[in-house]
Amino acid sequence: MDEAVAALGGGAKLIAGGQSLLPVMKLNLAAPTDLVSLAGVPGLADIADGGDSVTVGAMCTHTQVAGSGIVQARIPALAAMADGIGDAQVRNAGTIGGSVAHNDPAADYPAACVALGATIVTDRREIHADHFFQGMFMTPLEDDEVITAVRFPVPERAAYAKFANPASKYAVAGVMVAKRGTGVRVAVTGASGDGVFRVTEMEEALEDSFSAEAVAGIGVSSHELLSDTAANAEYRAHLVTVMAKRAVEACG
Amino acid sequence: MSGNGTGIGASVKRKEDTRFLTGRGRYTDDINLPGQLYGYILRSGMAHAKIGTVHTDAAKAAPGVHAVFAGKDMEGVGGIPTGWLIHSKDGSPMVEPPHPALALGKVRYVGDCVAIVVAETADQARAAANLIDVEREELPAVASIKAAEADGAPQVFDEAPGNVCYDWEVGDKAATDAAFEAADHVVSIDVVNNRLIPNAIEPRAAIANYDPATGEYTLYTTSQNPHLTRLLLGAFVLGLPEHKLRIVAPDVGGGFGSKIPHYAEEAILTWTAGQLGRPVKWTCDRIDAFKSDTHGRDHISTARLALDADGKFLGLHVSTKCNLGAYLSTFATCVPTYLYGILFAGPYTTPAVYCEVKSFFTNTVPVDALRGAGRPEATYLLERLVDKAASELGMDRVEIRRQNFIREFPYQTPVALQYDQGDYDATLDLALEASDWDGFEARRAESAARGKLRGIGISTFIEACGIAPSAVVGSLGARAGLYESGSVRVHPTGSVSVFTGTHSHGQGHETTFAQIVSDMLGVDFDAVDVVHGDSAKIPFGMGTYGSRSLAVGGTAIYLAVEKVIEKGKKIAAHLLEASVEDIEFENGSFTVAGTDRSKSLGEVALTAYVPHNYPEGLEPGLEETAFYDPLNFTFPAGTHVAEVEVDPETGEVDLVAVTGSDDVGRIINPMIVAGQLHGGLAHGIGQALMEECVYQDDGQLETGSYMNYTMPRAADLPSFSINHNTTLCTHNPLGAKGVGEVGSIGVPPAVINAVIDALRPLGVHDMSMPATSQRVWQAIQQAQG
Repeated sequence: MDEAVAALGGGAKLIAGGQSLLPVMKLNLAAPTDLVSLAGVPGLADIADGGDSVTVGAMCTHTQVAGSGIVQARIPALAAMADGIGDAQVRNAGTIGGSVAHNDPAADYPAACVALGATIVTDRREIHADHFFQGMFMTPLEDDEVITAVRFPVPERAAYAKFANPASKYAVAGVMVAKRGTGVRVAVTGASGDGVFRVTEMEEALEDSFSAEAVAGIGVSSHELLSDTAANAEYRAHLVTVMAKRAVEACG
Repeated sequence: MSGNGTGIGASVKRKEDTRFLTGRGRYTDDINLPGQLYGYILRSGMAHAKIGTVHTDAAKAAPGVHAVFAGKDMEGVGGIPTGWLIHSKDGSPMVEPPHPALALGKVRYVGDCVAIVVAETADQARAAANLIDVEREELPAVASIKAAEADGAPQVFDEAPGNVCYDWEVGDKAATDAAFEAADHVVSIDVVNNRLIPNAIEPRAAIANYDPATGEYTLYTTSQNPHLTRLLLGAFVLGLPEHKLRIVAPDVGGGFGSKIPHYAEEAILTWTAGQLGRPVKWTCDRIDAFKSDTHGRDHISTARLALDADGKFLGLHVSTKCNLGAYLSTFATCVPTYLYGILFAGPYTTPAVYCEVKSFFTNTVPVDALRGAGRPEATYLLERLVDKAASELGMDRVEIRRQNFIREFPYQTPVALQYDQGDYDATLDLALEASDWDGFEARRAESAARGKLRGIGISTFIEACGIAPSAVVGSLGARAGLYESGSVRVHPTGSVSVFTGTHSHGQGHETTFAQIVSDMLGVDFDAVDVVHGDSAKIPFGMGTYGSRSLAVGGTAIYLAVEKVIEKGKKIAAHLLEASVEDIEFENGSFTVAGTDRSKSLGEVALTAYVPHNYPEGLEPGLEETAFYDPLNFTFPAGTHVAEVEVDPETGEVDLVAVTGSDDVGRIINPMIVAGQLHGGLAHGIGQALMEECVYQDDGQLETGSYMNYTMPRAADLPSFSINHNTTLCTHNPLGAKGVGEVGSIGVPPAVINAVIDALRPLGVHDMSMPATSQRVWQAIQQAQG
């Protein structure tokens, strides 16, 4: 790890599964001088059950998270979400650390991190999800900082519902709903160019009554939502509500 | 025809699949020549701009770079030609502006070729291209038909006022107008045929070589028709005689029409190889393929159907505007005319049909043939209109079709074509039964109980394949013949090589043609190999498109085999001391009729090559070639039924069932035919539900990658029900019609009719392709106010 960190800085970039960085490089939108791979760094691909939390190593692929007995038993919503990322090739190569560090506004993991109240663990500190996702491709990570794991508190109930872009399979509207104690979190990804956001009105309604009907009538403003060939802002706003409803239903 | 286990009618596993499935295919990019360099094509990032000096010094000085050429360097080399001259209503020829291989003076679409960089490695060439500085002045662009036809629209070409290439018509306008005057009902429709990007799995590639010792050029290229490319590249662009230009199209990974055209890159590569005296290789990446492979379709149409009080069709009037893109690709001009307007009788007896087509230049990728080429556009319009007529007249959708079916053959349509054979009722009946059409209401109720809207849709259609005969298409403006060639070489010990002018890029010709020859000659299937794609090996042929290969190319092979048998009979008669008239050929043996005296094909072949005891005056050897020019198109026909379930909350369309009932003529290999139908259906479903090429107003390609251009995936498709009702084509000896385009022609209107059927209870009566979830949701919102 020390070697990896030392190699960063300048024009070098960290590469995990390469499912975000390589497409960007192919499009000539990034031209790092060096790629520093984490593939040889030991201990980054473990999944540990910590009792009230599950810690997922940064180099765990989406396939690994989806198939993990620990994740399936403790946070089945997270396993199911990982199983729905991209396609099989993406899931076999892409990692949780890479996805979180990239903070693509249409990625699935940010919704899970924020809804579950995860902590992003790096080689030098711990950052709560609430402070981590700062807008499109923006995080508080320093240039030479390396995510080592993501720690998810175990919720009472949680579920993720995604309306995927039919071409890319990225989220057009992905909603993770998680209930822990008296608190409920509703985190939305894919809908806003600023990345993941919470819908407090839905959270309050669900805290009063944890039912699909509670959120069915709550819309989000289309004002600041994305508009593209798959979905304009108005349709996206509608889908956020539908997906929130379906996520609550899926919580059982 | 013996009908043995590998003969005609048998589902033989494909010969070619062993190499394809084990990674041993030999595609253009697999070919490497000693001393080869790599070319990178710098493309325009602007849709429309004046270009001045292209500064290449920095690129030329970059590591590994051997040469950089831009438009000025190629000035004087011929432009890229087009293959079909269309005349407008007033008799004037279409506007045919020059298409320099490397842009000269102006760039006209995002993707237009600006320069080629040639370097030791592909990476060096690509990196050096970034150093080229193009002086340019951006011009306003026209990226759609609507923009192109607007008053004061920017001009793509000065010589094409209003951006119009031609304004064409077919049919009897006066008779059609009269039909409308006499009509009890008139039903109108506006439809858009969405623009598509072909997306063959193998991107285009080419490697060109010039041998100064022989003066011969060789171009390996991803082409569906190597001889056509040789003709256009040699005679029109570079001025090379045929015997000094060899074109090889080796294994090609899909074409769908996008590998018919002769492309600028082929000319640039070949010319560059000549300049440098070294082989130059170029492989297109996927991002560049999106903006440089020809696109397909892109029509806006309005149509009217005149009916009598009983729902009998009296007349059809179609006005279409179409987008040709920035330059005229090889078959761009005939696709929306002679492959479109003449289809409008469909399977119906409509006595008066008129179609006019106005085609526009725009600052978009050139548009050319795409699987179905013109026929999907016509079928979609007609079958949407017929459904709308049934709805407006309160008639049953099936009965209105049945009531108007053609039943007497041959049938002369009012738009040029003469159908030779068909049985549309039987095909329809088979589809209704196989799709359980009558049981639909129970399924609709079951879906409704789950909160889903279910719909069923139908289309009954004909297509015209194997475009021909040459003299007729020539009179309509084709600049090439449309015959096909086949050679059959029986080797001295009885194995057989077959040479075909068609080209296989997924169709399985190596298997299908071997089945025909092995069946006819009574030799083992494994003893027959099919050679295609190399102009140095095969007779002059026209290639593969328009579902022509079996009906036209297969017939040429059939006729060559007949010649072989005829000659073999002469040799056998000599050996058996009998008269030629008494020799019968069956199961590989020449037999004196009524006796057990016979000679095998192998014995006859050996005698032909070792003619010690041989008929006087007969040439040695056993090899025959036939050129076949068909008397008519072939007319596959079918009924497709689609069933969908719509989620009214999200607008998602789930395609739950697709039934094909098809008359494709004689089936040589049912498994390959099923594969062709499956692929065509997937393609048609892609158009109906997913695929849409979108340009921004400034001519930037918005759907420029798989991030937002949706291709159908296996999981998007139901298991298809494939059914056949066969009538034989009457004018080729195989009775073959064609199958490669059936799905993409027949199924789109069935899918959209099903979506409309599902949404009709909500007040939705129209739907455009592709019926994406957003479009369906918006239609529901709009209908519900």
